[in-house]
Amino acid sequence: MNNALKDVSSPAAQDPAKRDFLKLTTSVGVTSGLGFSLGFVIPSAGAATPATPNTPQKVNAWIEIQPDESIIIRYARAEMGQGSSTSAPMLVADELEADWKKVIVQYATAENNLAQKRIYGDMASVGSRTIQDSHEYLRKAGATAREMLIVAGANAMNVPSSECVAKLGVVYHTPSKKSMTYGQLALAASQLNAPANVALKDPKDWKIIGKPIKRREIPDIVRAKIRYGIDTQLPGMVYAAVAACPVFNGKVKSLDSSKIDNRRGIKKVLNMGDFVAVVADNWWRAKEALKDVSIEWDVPEKNAKLSSTSLMDYFKEGLSQSEVAVARKDGDTLAALSAPGAKVIEGEYFTPYLAHSTMEPMGYTGWLQDEKLEIWTSTQSAEATLAVSARAADVKQENVKVHPVQLGGGLGRRGGSQDFSIQGAKIARAMSPLPVKMLWTREEDTQHDFYRPASLAKFRGVVTPEGRIDALHIRVSAPSILSSLLKLPLPGGVDPQAVASLRDHPYANPNSLVEYAQHDSNVPVGFWRSVGHSQNPFMRECFIDELAHAAGKDPLEFRLANISEKRPKDKAILLAVTKAANYGAPLPKGVFRGIAETEGYGSYTACVCEVSVNAQQQIKIHRIVVGIDPGYAVNPDNIQAQLQGSMVHGLSAIFWGEITLKDGRVEQSNFHDYRMMRLNEMPKVETVVAPTGGFWGGVGEPSQAPLGPALANAIFNATGKRIRSFPLKNHGFTLIKA
Amino acid sequence: MKLSINEHVYELDVEPEMPLLWALRDELDIKGPKFGCGVAQCGACTVLLNGEPVRSCSYPVSAAVGQQVVTIEGLEKKGHLHPVQQAWIDHEVPQCGYCQGGQMLAAVALLKKKPKPTDDDIDAAMTNICRCGTYARIRAAIHAVANKGVSA
Repeated sequence: MNNALKDVSSPAAQDPAKRDFLKLTTSVGVTSGLGFSLGFVIPSAGAATPATPNTPQKVNAWIEIQPDESIIIRYARAEMGQGSSTSAPMLVADELEADWKKVIVQYATAENNLAQKRIYGDMASVGSRTIQDSHEYLRKAGATAREMLIVAGANAMNVPSSECVAKLGVVYHTPSKKSMTYGQLALAASQLNAPANVALKDPKDWKIIGKPIKRREIPDIVRAKIRYGIDTQLPGMVYAAVAACPVFNGKVKSLDSSKIDNRRGIKKVLNMGDFVAVVADNWWRAKEALKDVSIEWDVPEKNAKLSSTSLMDYFKEGLSQSEVAVARKDGDTLAALSAPGAKVIEGEYFTPYLAHSTMEPMGYTGWLQDEKLEIWTSTQSAEATLAVSARAADVKQENVKVHPVQLGGGLGRRGGSQDFSIQGAKIARAMSPLPVKMLWTREEDTQHDFYRPASLAKFRGVVTPEGRIDALHIRVSAPSILSSLLKLPLPGGVDPQAVASLRDHPYANPNSLVEYAQHDSNVPVGFWRSVGHSQNPFMRECFIDELAHAAGKDPLEFRLANISEKRPKDKAILLAVTKAANYGAPLPKGVFRGIAETEGYGSYTACVCEVSVNAQQQIKIHRIVVGIDPGYAVNPDNIQAQLQGSMVHGLSAIFWGEITLKDGRVEQSNFHDYRMMRLNEMPKVETVVAPTGGFWGGVGEPSQAPLGPALANAIFNATGKRIRSFPLKNHGFTLIKA
Repeated sequence: MKLSINEHVYELDVEPEMPLLWALRDELDIKGPKFGCGVAQCGACTVLLNGEPVRSCSYPVSAAVGQQVVTIEGLEKKGHLHPVQQAWIDHEVPQCGYCQGGQMLAAVALLKKKPKPTDDDIDAAMTNICRCGTYARIRAAIHAVANKGVSA
């Protein structure tokens, strides 16, 4: 690493980033935990950096060229299967003109980001935004280094740099056919001033972006060489099992651990106020002993009365209350709805609370010695983990180290809600100087989640005899994640996630009124893969089918006629996917189609489902065609994997997913009563990756969005039964193999 | 008690009822088998016992005495990947990867019994949960191993 590009720092450029970090850390990782990009909350360094020319230290921060020609590219976010730890470095490598075979991806760390004034920008892997938010500064980092290497090469060969080109890690002087490698030039290049402006490549010149690059960590996964948070092993480590109050926000009133006093391996029983931990020399011993600790809880009376029925009554109030926030207002919707002769269609839609159920349950290993805390935890936001842990363990932020690990799934659980970090850091403090690994049971994980909020919405629409949508009135009554999890004020009283894909619907109707009745409850809520897009497109696109049906129009024709001219990408993806599905061609007897389309996370997605339903309400899914237009498709094979996986994630929720409450307690506990799709139930999925260029959309979350409505619309076409709530099991439907 | 794991013999002093998973993970630092549910639902903890897939979270360690335990770490022999591992790489099966050790071991056991499994065979044998939804690629990878005719 001697020849690595050296730090040529530019203090002036660092100050804004420093301010960002201070803001971040004082708000408890709040901002880095957002499930989506919100400019008004905090300017992330990621968003701010591209505005200024790439600074030299940025180049240094992302890229290290070694004498053996291998190139280290830093990856500053988390890897949980979404593939960004390959696709983000691909952006750097392409501009760098690196040989991908020689690229080694290394994690940037939160403590280095803190020490270096947030040089790596936002480190959170949330909101499908790694590519969306960092494509520009990552490509600039690569291009800046490339230009410096070219100048260094020209100097060394004593030729004009305008006659030099870089290719596959080598700088060539074209006229003389002389060349020097990046490894030979790295030291000299590192001593140059970084160019203030670098040109980014024309997409037609990309050599790595857009190619199906193998994900870097797969061989290590397959060979069991990769360590997840749960796999941390430290000398003298002890293990903690924990129990929080089954009713949200309950506190420990008393506990009696006399039964486990002489139990083998038990080290300590900790009363942490809002949870109890048993610490042992083996996690199983801790977990078993915890069952024999008798805990009396002080339960908030209001929370103890929560039930799914009481919550539904509460959400219903939101549909009729007079005061609501307005998320979109075009024309005069109420007048259109009450106009004489107006054909008004109505539908009330509901989606339930959902748990994340990442395969790896929540956990945290903390080692606090000499007032320094080291952490190993599967987190979607190492910066938030650092900030939250420092506070919970009462150590200085600069004395905290967060070791990057692979995540056993994230799904939004491990970002904004750093509850597991608070617990783990407190336990680490209590057990200091011993390293301690806390791990939740699946039951704890299911019953103490930050759930995808339930949402109730009422739709009213007017459609003209010609089949044009004249008016849409949508009112959403649902908790706000921003308000209840992140404690952020809602601009205009509207949570953008609660009305995502509704307030920005693509239809050209002159009258739109989208309202939000914020109904927070004491059920913790958080970002669940696709967030508002996991529920609102279902409601919207099913209701659009209701309007099409009322107008006697084919659902595709109806959409094409009603989508605004200002939304050509929505139309284009709908056309691409329906074409791939051979929409309109006759289907076998008893098989019916449903379609849906939506924008999400900066991408456009559409889906066609083909189903048959028998008299026993058994559903066969014969085929799913799902497509995405992410603008630029950075790693197409990974995008296909994300589409395939999103169908499984979506179908589990659509058929079986619901978290219900009774007496203030979550009724589900493990996979037997919170069911996941298995391989034998997986339908045939065809994917369409249809990039139209010009923008950088997310790919991890959007494609789930059109699945629910396409399936529900297909079920209507097959049965005449309109599905206005999920899961399907509550309508008596089961899934059988096609 | 003595346990044979991946062709090594380990001496253990633990409660007989301790699940095999926790003996492997917390006593022997064999971390390939993962904890997912604790109730034999998800299969992330799958190991092979005399070639049969077993959910080690719900299998007492004492019952494994005298049997050959194979974890995902034991599939690779002298630097040579098992054909199932190679197929998993070729088909880019894993996403987060957490469940894949168990998935691969279940596939190894299936292919041992049925070198040319049908889709129905795969459906019946591959019951482990994957939250990332890699099922289509798991199926394709198993068929690929079968079609290569490599003894699994």
